[in-house]
Amino acid sequence: MPYRRQRSLALRCSSSALYNNLAVLCPPRGAAAAFGAVHGSSLSLLPGEGPARQLQARGGGSALSTPLLTQAAWCELPSRVLLVLTSQRGVQVRLGGPGGPWGALGAHSVFARGIAAAGGRFICVGTSFGAVLVFDIPPKGTNVTLSEVLEQHRDPITDIAAEQGQAPDGAGDLVTADDCGTLCLWSSGEEFTLLGKIPGSGCTCSSVALWNGIVAAGYGNGQIRLWEAGSGRIRAQLSAHARWIYALDLAPLTGKLLSGAEDSFVHVWKLSRDPDTDDIEVQHCHAECVTDTQVCGARFCDPAGDTFAVTGYDLSEILCYGPA
Amino acid sequence: MSARTLPLLFLNLGGEMLYILDQRLRAQSIPGEKARKVMNDIISTMFNRKFMEELFKPQDLYSKKALNQASMDKLYDLMTMAFKYQVLLCPRPRDILLVTFNHLDAIKDFISNSPGILNQVDETFRRLIETYNPLSDGEFQLIRQTLLIFFQDMHIRVSIFLKDKVQNSNGRFVLPTSGPVPWGTEVPGLIRIFNHKGVEVKRAEFTTAGNYVTPQREGSFELYGDRVLKLGTNMYSVTRPVETHMSGSSKDLASQAKENIAPNPLAKEELNFLARLLGGLDIQKPAGGESGFRLNLFTTDEEEEHAAQTRPEELSYKVINIEATQEPARRAELSRILGELDVAEPRPGSAEKGEDLLALMDGL
Repeated sequence: MPYRRQRSLALRCSSSALYNNLAVLCPPRGAAAAFGAVHGSSLSLLPGEGPARQLQARGGGSALSTPLLTQAAWCELPSRVLLVLTSQRGVQVRLGGPGGPWGALGAHSVFARGIAAAGGRFICVGTSFGAVLVFDIPPKGTNVTLSEVLEQHRDPITDIAAEQGQAPDGAGDLVTADDCGTLCLWSSGEEFTLLGKIPGSGCTCSSVALWNGIVAAGYGNGQIRLWEAGSGRIRAQLSAHARWIYALDLAPLTGKLLSGAEDSFVHVWKLSRDPDTDDIEVQHCHAECVTDTQVCGARFCDPAGDTFAVTGYDLSEILCYGPA
Repeated sequence: MSARTLPLLFLNLGGEMLYILDQRLRAQSIPGEKARKVMNDIISTMFNRKFMEELFKPQDLYSKKALNQASMDKLYDLMTMAFKYQVLLCPRPRDILLVTFNHLDAIKDFISNSPGILNQVDETFRRLIETYNPLSDGEFQLIRQTLLIFFQDMHIRVSIFLKDKVQNSNGRFVLPTSGPVPWGTEVPGLIRIFNHKGVEVKRAEFTTAGNYVTPQREGSFELYGDRVLKLGTNMYSVTRPVETHMSGSSKDLASQAKENIAPNPLAKEELNFLARLLGGLDIQKPAGGESGFRLNLFTTDEEEEHAAQTRPEELSYKVINIEATQEPARRAELSRILGELDVAEPRPGSAEKGEDLLALMDGL
């Protein structure tokens, strides 16, 4: 199904060149989506309703040195939706609605990067020394606790993703990725369990997604690899982009995969399984060139993947695409 | 973000500064002996051993700001837009090192008959290789991302880029979707499917608008060698003069600057040191003597004054005190060394040289 550009939303500031630098909050049917993209030490925010805003990173040092943000994401838990920011000093979570209180979490790493909700009540955040911090989020209130630190990666964490579909038995529901391409598969719960580790080849895995037991991983050499979460075996390798991949996203209802890279291209793929052989099938659906823009953020805006949004380095816009 | 950004920023911007200076020297037919002396002096000071030792220690970039003047702004525009282009376009993050090597190779060619100065540069070269060659691709990407934050929202139009059609009239750089892919990357278009045992069972192809080819070979990361990559080599020549166009009217720029609620916390600190190298400017003048030389990238003083008045305050490049966040002591040490270098600058005969260079830059 082809897509075309439908509209462009103006941001207060341009987007920085950071992995997965676009947060999208898809509301229930009918309401407008909210968008966020990091600009240096602030977040350019487009709430679903109301004017564009700029959220400053919280200090954690002298006024002279506001920390640079590394990522922003909305974490959707059954009980609440939290806006989480990672920076070169740690993690910040907005615990209320707009204008609500902010909490600063575990800030001893050089920088934090990689954000995902998991297991219904946890938020996982990666750090530059390879540890993944697991925070237990109460259904309401501000009593957030550090429930666990996962120490399996030896390189800086790049991205974390939770299962978006149905995890097959023993496949795990969380994947973490690092600077040298190593992937770890976990099952979330009171205690997180490591189920498998896919060693990296040295090439950075900058973005990762997990759907029905398939790990989709985007790399610095422009490749997308699909891994069987249960066995850790490779199932597909796509020579997808000419340069470093910055963003992947998965549409849970259809298995559509979105990829964006420094080569200024955005691709839409469709993943499926052959019911007879259980082999994974990949179909290339759409290629979009965002002229003279190194894409740094790309996300679907609905669960079926009929619409998606893109931003790029130095671009003060979010470009929205929909059915042609 | 990466604490290993400062040496690359300094060496590449310094390299761009020397390209511009060299072009002015040749364009104005400055006698060979004098020109060589100027280049040697500046390179020797830039590559001072103690300064380099401090520069290579890991540190964050922050700066304090003070006012500077229009010609310096213009020089900074050229240097920073050139390096922004190189950082943005370099095929892999690691290739920032090849860009730096291209600058250092050219700097070595600028040195005439001075094995001592050549040694200074080679020492920095070896330090660079030792420090950066072992870094992972991920670390290089972090360095690149830190540099891109530094250069974010700068869209100054540079005539040489506009003529070469590598920059658009809105100040954004053109990103090619053809030519060689980066070393280690496959040309896009192939999908390979593996069965549950990991054996390849199927291949499929897809087409995109890109028109890429496989790269010939990788550039050399050694002290001597073919860098293959052309980014970071000298783009100026006598017939390709140094000039910038300001993008839009100054009013637009002012409103643009105000739009940025958060000022870029990474600042242009070591540019101040480069500025001091180019002469007195508005930094302290030694008592009773001429202050080195004054750089003017405009045709007349009136033009320079006009540019200074029309350029919005917020967009003016600022001068620096080093503000590394983690270790104030080290920051002080770097400042002290910079101070010493500055004091050492006025030399016998500097008055005469100063006048020469003033005339030289006025010729633009």
